[in-house]
Amino acid sequence: MDRVKRTLTPYLLVLPGGLWLLLFFAVPMATMLSLSLQEGDIVNGFVFTGHWQNYVDSISAYQTQLIRSLVYGAITSVVLIVLAFPVAYWIAFYGGRKKATYLFLILLPFFVSFVLRTISWRMLLTDDGVLLHPLKEAGLLPADFQVLGTATAVIAGLVYSFLPFMVLPIYVALERIDPRVVEAARDLYASPLTSFRKVIFPLALPGVFAGVLMTFVPATSDYVNSELLGSSETTMIGQVIQSQFLSNSDYPSASALSFTLMTVLLIGVFSYARALGTEDVMKVAAR
Amino acid sequence: MTTSPPKSAAHPAIEFVGVRKDYLSHGEAVPAVRSLDLAIGQGEFFSLLGPSGCGKTTTMRMVAGFEEPTAGRVMLDGRDVTGVAPNKRDVNMVFQSYALFPHLTVRQNVAFGLERKKVAKAEITRRVGEMLEIVSLTGMEKRQPREMSGGQQQRVALARALVNHPRALLLDEPLGALDLKLRQQMQIELKRIQREVGITFVYVTHDQGEALTMSDRIAVMNSGLIEQLGSPRDIYERPSTRFVAGFIGTSNLIDGRVSWADQGYAVIDKGSGERVVVPVPGTVPVGRDLEVSVRPEKIDLHRTLPSGVTGSLLSGTVTEVVYHGTSTNYTVATSDGTDLVVFDQNAHDAEDVASRGERVFLTWAPQHSYPIGV
Repeated sequence: MDRVKRTLTPYLLVLPGGLWLLLFFAVPMATMLSLSLQEGDIVNGFVFTGHWQNYVDSISAYQTQLIRSLVYGAITSVVLIVLAFPVAYWIAFYGGRKKATYLFLILLPFFVSFVLRTISWRMLLTDDGVLLHPLKEAGLLPADFQVLGTATAVIAGLVYSFLPFMVLPIYVALERIDPRVVEAARDLYASPLTSFRKVIFPLALPGVFAGVLMTFVPATSDYVNSELLGSSETTMIGQVIQSQFLSNSDYPSASALSFTLMTVLLIGVFSYARALGTEDVMKVAAR
Repeated sequence: MTTSPPKSAAHPAIEFVGVRKDYLSHGEAVPAVRSLDLAIGQGEFFSLLGPSGCGKTTTMRMVAGFEEPTAGRVMLDGRDVTGVAPNKRDVNMVFQSYALFPHLTVRQNVAFGLERKKVAKAEITRRVGEMLEIVSLTGMEKRQPREMSGGQQQRVALARALVNHPRALLLDEPLGALDLKLRQQMQIELKRIQREVGITFVYVTHDQGEALTMSDRIAVMNSGLIEQLGSPRDIYERPSTRFVAGFIGTSNLIDGRVSWADQGYAVIDKGSGERVVVPVPGTVPVGRDLEVSVRPEKIDLHRTLPSGVTGSLLSGTVTEVVYHGTSTNYTVATSDGTDLVVFDQNAHDAEDVASRGERVFLTWAPQHSYPIGV
């Protein structure tokens, strides 16, 4: 009896979560996959016909938005690394006893609703808003200068939205570095810069890797920032999917785009992992 | 009674001149090293020994360049290195818990310093191979540190430092993380390697056994000051302060008043024939309070009053008997209330000499008494 219990325990532990995933992840995924291969319209209903043409059509119609999203996502991740690394570094090595406080401050904006924050950005960046108006008054910027509606505004919004997701994993990786290992590098004739390049940065890479995973994927598929801060010139694939679903009721096209995006992201993430030698990275991270 | 450094050279390998080091704590300067003047000779195996917080690690870190003295100078081979960055000092360190680079292989770890110095590739390969042979790690070049045992990691740390042929090797409690057996093995090995490479070793430890076994000279530190500097034998046999007597090995301390003194000896009369005889430099005034140290293994234990005793004689009651295999340790409460520890070698008899509660007599030769602070 005990033996049976012991063999069953792991399965019993997995059961609730497993059921949840089956119900709310696997089933919708299957439904969407099926939808993406259906034909018809909202009035007459959709019929499964194995219509692969949906993919071809929607990709050729929206490839600009798809590529733009990937580019925005990539730029966002790179900017995030540049911004987050010094912050994480400072907290990890110079935060002293206040580390927790600083991390809390990084997370503080998250206590305000995502949409509300993005709307505030909109107010900040608007053509005659608190930021641009005084600069234009002072003659530092031309009167027709715009931020809102540009790619810069969208990427800035994305960067702002995902900053903590880059800071935290890098911080965790840096925090785990034994300060004596850094001293050892200095002791072995490495200048501060070389110690950073040869020891600190390689040891922080797993954090950067995790940070990119946690920011690139959601940034690429984000639709709020572009919606609120962008223009028709900055439309991202998330917005397209959203409007196909909710405004145009073109479920097959929306599903096909969703699957395309997912596939592209998965391929991207795996080739990225490959290029970085994740096995090594993960080994270091597993320490 | 300090011995001079073994090798004479133009300059000591390391020299501290009037060094003081304060740490700031809540805006107040707390001294870690109060006052240090010390010269460590070329090729010497030198130990800094003391309890935690005594300033030994700070002292070593000032040599490496991780700490800068608040006052005074640190010299390497006669060159003032005060204020010089750690990467520009020709000393290397073996860290407590090794601090190996976890993302690099053994080979890459050992080659790290040579690469920074821009040594030619072929030369690096040769020297790394040679060094790994000295520390018996040949064939492990491609391993990652975490795939190795503590003892092996220890050797990598040693090789990584020694391969650079530094002016001095600094070792910060390098054996602390190893188990007893491995530690004893590594002690012998370290000594062998030091002889082989002929580099000055500065060894920081709180383990007196380690320091006594390996060192040419030992500086016993306490509260930021050197309490005693000397050979292991000096330190053990002739502790100059109460602290050293207590910190190194087991020591019996006996207090008393000098009853009479003559020809380099003083006698503390404890009444009814019992006394402590202690050699003293010059003369000490009669009536002076004196503290005498005697090592447990120097004391003989008798069940009957021995005749013809020329040295010290005390009597007491056995309060504790602990069998240790090679020896049996007795605790004896003497008539004046002092507890004395006696190690009796189990050389001949399997039986204990005395048992708990028994009245015994303790004797030891005059030269085995040592006056503290005279």
